[in-house]
Amino acid sequence: MGSITLANVTKSFGAVNVIPPLNLEINEGEFVVFVGPSGCGKSTLLRLIAGLEDVTSGTISIDGADATAVPPAKRGLAMVFQSYALYPHMSVRKNISFPLKMAGLDQAEIDKKVNGAAEVLNLSDYIDRRPGQLSGGQRQRVAIGRAIVREPEAFLFDEPLSNLDAALRVNMRLEITELHQNLKTTMIYVTHDQVEAMTMADKIVVLRAGFIEQVGSPLELYRSPANLFVAGFIGSPKMNFLTGAAAAKYDATTIGIRPEHVSLSDKEGDWKGVVGVAEHLGSDTFLYVKLEDGTQFTVRAEGEVSFEHGDTVYASAASADRIYRFDDKDIAL
Amino acid sequence: MATDHSRTAARFMISPAVLLLLGWMIIPLSMTIYFSFLNYNLLSPGMEEFIGFDNYEFFLTDPAFFAALGNTLLLVGGVLLITIIGGIGLALLLDQPMWGQGIVRILVIAPFFVMPTVSALVWKNMFMNPVDGLFAHAAKALGFAPFDFLAHAPLFSIIMIVAWQWLPFATLILLTALQSLDQEQIEASKIDGANKVNRFIYIVLPHMSRAITVVILIQTIFLLSIFAEILVTTNGGPGYASTNLTYLVYAQSLLQFDVGGGSAGGIIAVILANIVAFFLMRMIGKNLEA
Ligand SMILES: Nc1ncnc2c1ncn2[C@@H]1O[C@H](COP(=O)(O)OP(=O)(O)OP(=O)(O)O)[C@@H](O)[C@H]1O
Ligand SMILES: [Mg+2]
Repeated sequence: MGSITLANVTKSFGAVNVIPPLNLEINEGEFVVFVGPSGCGKSTLLRLIAGLEDVTSGTISIDGADATAVPPAKRGLAMVFQSYALYPHMSVRKNISFPLKMAGLDQAEIDKKVNGAAEVLNLSDYIDRRPGQLSGGQRQRVAIGRAIVREPEAFLFDEPLSNLDAALRVNMRLEITELHQNLKTTMIYVTHDQVEAMTMADKIVVLRAGFIEQVGSPLELYRSPANLFVAGFIGSPKMNFLTGAAAAKYDATTIGIRPEHVSLSDKEGDWKGVVGVAEHLGSDTFLYVKLEDGTQFTVRAEGEVSFEHGDTVYASAASADRIYRFDDKDIAL
Repeated sequence: MATDHSRTAARFMISPAVLLLLGWMIIPLSMTIYFSFLNYNLLSPGMEEFIGFDNYEFFLTDPAFFAALGNTLLLVGGVLLITIIGGIGLALLLDQPMWGQGIVRILVIAPFFVMPTVSALVWKNMFMNPVDGLFAHAAKALGFAPFDFLAHAPLFSIIMIVAWQWLPFATLILLTALQSLDQEQIEASKIDGANKVNRFIYIVLPHMSRAITVVILIQTIFLLSIFAEILVTTNGGPGYASTNLTYLVYAQSLLQFDVGGGSAGGIIAVILANIVAFFLMRMIGKNLEA
């Protein structure tokens, strides 16, 4: 129940090839997050799985059965859209019961399921309102409600939280994670939010221009990125990269070091630079240091530090095994 | 949203326009009311005298009045039915991606640009003429006797002509409504398991309901006063078979030279139109608010 396999899937829009041959295995009950820069094909991939787009070649199987030619309704998947895509002329109750009505369930059963979902999602107070009379977060919950009543094999989310404000986003993030823990249903989640990807995923799939750059658990990707792209994409703030002599010292074309793995000193260290901006967040301080050769270098220091704009500082790696080395093809060494 | 101050200013600014419109409406209306109480016949000028409600009584007890009332309702209802259903169908077709879409859309709109007298004459002489008309030729080619539309089904023929004129308008409005439907809603309904028919009933039709309302409202206003098509085709006949209220008023005042009776008929038509408008607005107001 709920395993999805993509085998040599490609997708072209006319002459434009958006997804090159792609293989991916999604196991039952997994929370899989697709991340990647804008336009890399995350939504397209999700829509291929949902059946809203036809694959150009390759096969998609759901629970071991070939589903490539199966229409969206028969795939047993539920999707939550970025714009929610609620039906504006129906009440919340009608919206949530729509898929059940289409499936031909009798009214008593529909009512039971809708009430159950409304309770889980705290929708009961405005179940008779229309979507236009709800806040963004409430609409989001209705969209999720419409998805869960169908008891699908898997949930597909396309950037479901990107229209919400920061506080609400944290809340909904927790709710979705909790939902996953309760239902134990496979979920595929598209986002370009670092934090969402790191906190929610069992497995992250990093995409670039349709190619899968790396698949792994959040910490795997953080600890051992396969290449320069993944190293720069996972982690916030972004990993610092040094080339030239500094890298040659470590036998690599490029070396990378995360801002949180740098120690600063005002007397000595590997890389000398001048502090540009210092952002004091209270718990952390982010220092943007300009090195002698002009590279921007970000440093995260815990707590409050006394460096200020214009100070000369020396940065060095907190420990040697925190330095990532990449060859001339940007592959990790 | 507006403050009290800006609201007062707004009222002040639009008052000239409102006064102008009011005068525009009030003067002819009061003159018509005035005439409707006179025995005013163009054949006997200078003999006008006040006769109270006699004109109204005469008009309302005339059997032609009920025939005309029924014809008016049939005409409005029939044309609305054809244009709404046909318009939805055409809009759905035109919304499909196809080759030459732009040209086809312009062609569909074309009938709307033909003036009513011209299109009615074209229908009368080129299509419905029992000797030379296209329909007569078609019937003969198929071995049937030609049918004289305007003589034997006059009201039906006029409904067809008027519906042909208004179909483009309905199609155009409904097509724009269709195109504004959020594609993600369609996709969501596909995933939710709705087939084409269900999608039309539960998603597309409710989305178009507001546009349908607008079409009904605007068309009703214009259809209540259809005149040119009747004048150039049947002259309201045979008998009163294709006379509507507008045409009856015309016949009364200008064919029988009875200005007083015609004015009374005009006032009755105004009252009836307001009753229709009242029900229409109540039925539809709900729909426009949401
Ligand atoms: N219907 C279409 N026709 C042509 N090209 C398309 C179509 N849909 C998507 N594309 C192209 O496919 C590529 C991937 O699009 P996609 O929507 O999957 O990106 P994404 O990763 O979801 O980006 P974002 O994070 O901005 O949502 C883009 O370059 C886009 O221009
Ligand atoms: Mg997208």
